[in-house]
Amino acid sequence: MDLKPVDLIVDKYQEKRTALISILHDVQDKYKYLPEEALRMVASRLRMDINEIYGVATFYKSFSLVPKGKHSITLCMGTACHVRGGPKILRELKSVLHIEPGQTTSDRQFSLNVVNCLGVCAIGPVMMVDKRFYGEMSPLRARKIIETINKKRSGVES
Amino acid sequence: MRRIKSAKDLEQWKATILKKQGTHEMVVSVCGGTGCQAYDCQKVKMTLQKELGRHGLTKRVALKVTGCPGFCERGPLVTIYPQNIFYQKVTPEDVPEIVSKTIQNGTKVERLLFEDSRNKQKITSASEIPFYRPQMRLLLSRNDLIDPNRIEDYIAIGGYQSLVKALFQMDPDGIIEEIKASGLRGRGGAGYPTGKKWEECKRESGTTKYVICNCDEGDPGAFMDRALMEGNPHSVLEGMLIGAYAIGADHGFIYIRHEYPLAYKNAEIAIQQAKRAGLLGQNILGSGFNFEVEITKGGGAFVCGESTALIASIEGRVGEPRSKQIRTVKQGLWRKPTTLNNVETWANVPLIIEKGSQWFSSIGTEKSKGTKIFSLVGKVKNTGLVEVPMGITLKEIIYDIGGGQQDGRKIKAVQTGGPSGGCIPASLFDLPVDFDSLTEVGSMMGSGGMIVMDEGTCMVDVAKYFVHFLEEESCGKCLPCREGLKRMGQILDRITEGNGNEESLLLLEELAQVVGDTSLCGLGKTASNPVLSALRYFRPEFEAHIRQKRCPAGVCTPLIQYSISEDCTGCGACAKICPTQAIEGEKKKIHRILVEFCSKCGSCKEVCKEEAVIVQ
Repeated sequence: MDLKPVDLIVDKYQEKRTALISILHDVQDKYKYLPEEALRMVASRLRMDINEIYGVATFYKSFSLVPKGKHSITLCMGTACHVRGGPKILRELKSVLHIEPGQTTSDRQFSLNVVNCLGVCAIGPVMMVDKRFYGEMSPLRARKIIETINKKRSGVES
Repeated sequence: MRRIKSAKDLEQWKATILKKQGTHEMVVSVCGGTGCQAYDCQKVKMTLQKELGRHGLTKRVALKVTGCPGFCERGPLVTIYPQNIFYQKVTPEDVPEIVSKTIQNGTKVERLLFEDSRNKQKITSASEIPFYRPQMRLLLSRNDLIDPNRIEDYIAIGGYQSLVKALFQMDPDGIIEEIKASGLRGRGGAGYPTGKKWEECKRESGTTKYVICNCDEGDPGAFMDRALMEGNPHSVLEGMLIGAYAIGADHGFIYIRHEYPLAYKNAEIAIQQAKRAGLLGQNILGSGFNFEVEITKGGGAFVCGESTALIASIEGRVGEPRSKQIRTVKQGLWRKPTTLNNVETWANVPLIIEKGSQWFSSIGTEKSKGTKIFSLVGKVKNTGLVEVPMGITLKEIIYDIGGGQQDGRKIKAVQTGGPSGGCIPASLFDLPVDFDSLTEVGSMMGSGGMIVMDEGTCMVDVAKYFVHFLEEESCGKCLPCREGLKRMGQILDRITEGNGNEESLLLLEELAQVVGDTSLCGLGKTASNPVLSALRYFRPEFEAHIRQKRCPAGVCTPLIQYSISEDCTGCGACAKICPTQAIEGEKKKIHRILVEFCSKCGSCKEVCKEEAVIVQ
């Protein structure tokens, strides 16, 4: 594994321990998850114990120690989205993707995440696909969005 | 960008900016907040740019991308100044007409104006719309006027003038006195008097002190801080500068949750610009005062909104709270005296310094001063951010501003205070909204989420939702919170599955009491509020689940069944959409749901135009 990017990320934050969470975010953005080698590297550069880093990486929900899929589907489970039918959308996504929140499809295409609130409550239920927000979701629309991504992919491949 | 070395420099800079802005005959502002982004406001902006260029209007007309004006539900929003024409739900296709009609000929595009559903009248300016009319937008109104990525825009509306006043016309004690006299209380939820907090921190000995801005807005259903940080980050910086000067800190942190990428980006740009302009760094405006700010990103842990957990997180550790026997003003970040305030609190500071404590304290109620921003969301017609004077009633917010019920179902409650708050029934909607009266009825103001619930919302399900939320977010350090919430969740699961009994409620109440009394931090101490308030005001709903095995709102899946009524025209849409092929029937004849295959996804109900799908 090429660990040069990890070096650059730690450099960017000037080896500051305070920046640990930001560093882990950047590492995750780069590799789509937190590879063990990268964490060991961060630990040695910040002169921290790997156990401590592991503790932080597993405490915060944003981090994943397993590889994520190509597309990340993030469903908001905030109160406003909940009362407007968020759970129905989650059920739909689970049945379309055949995975539970936190998991990735076997073809590594989709990861499903749920978050407590995306802060776009006025137009809930809200879903985020690869940093793009979709408001006023319904189970039907959710399914169509996934289908569209799948279609695009098979179109490119064929 | 010029480097400002004195108050006079700033004055001159402002004059130059205003002169330059004066060359524009018109300003077209497009909301670029996260809500409008979901509606593709970027495309609207790009089309506007192209159209203005095509007509050779770029010199006469300024195009501005602003932060969130609050009316997210109607996005993308476009406002044209100085005529003050407010267009809503604008699509890229509408843009050529806006340019040719409104910008070139001064006529309005009627279909894009807001229509008052009560009298079908079109309304031109935002301030006349029922959603905005009762509001008092001291903070949010500035979001309408500035591009958050241009410090010049903030300077133009008088930005950093309060800092000048604080540095050159006041001394630290005077500033603290002013904030104390204003009656400003922390907007993050607890409502602690801000001036008092600053005074306690200033009193501490030692030369190293810190200020922190809490932008870890974790309460689900609340997004005021996101809108402020995205839309007007310089106002937060200015507040922090004034606070830091008052308590004697030279370093500050802004803790932003990672779910808010735009807030992070805009705050970072604002800090860079303020640094380059000399408004952050060494010897600010030649006053001898030094101040630096850094941003720390959160990691998706709700508990990090709690001050001591947040501090642990900034220190790069696991975000576990500690006992507050020694408060953070004495020992906070790296055990140094620290003043931690919420985004909205900081944003209020420049206003108070500018207009005076007397002006500020004339707004609001006896013990809650100023305005408060609420995110009005859920089952209400007009959703978005509303800023109102403290003391306004819930009824005014929900019915006058929010426009009342959304789709024919009666509103039955409003949830305030996030997972630490509770549900307030419609019978108490005459209650004035301030820190103390909401606490009296078993809820709290919290950071400002207001989630409206109607007859289609099951209160047992809501209680269960919050308990599971907190169970998931409990850091696990203390036992009552870690184990108690888990057991409370199990009891509520049983009730919503139809397996509850009379004892369940007694046990639930007892557990709720113990968790509240014995937990370490605010998360656990207030965790019982959603359950206790639901039991207090909506007990019959719990009893229906237990005694009749029925969910009156039709939400709890194990207790409901879908069926098709005689209104069915046999169009077949439901059978086509059903993911489990559980619907059968001939064309043009009444269809039937096969209960054993039905997954209760509700897709059939969604597509049925005759409203023939019934949930019981």
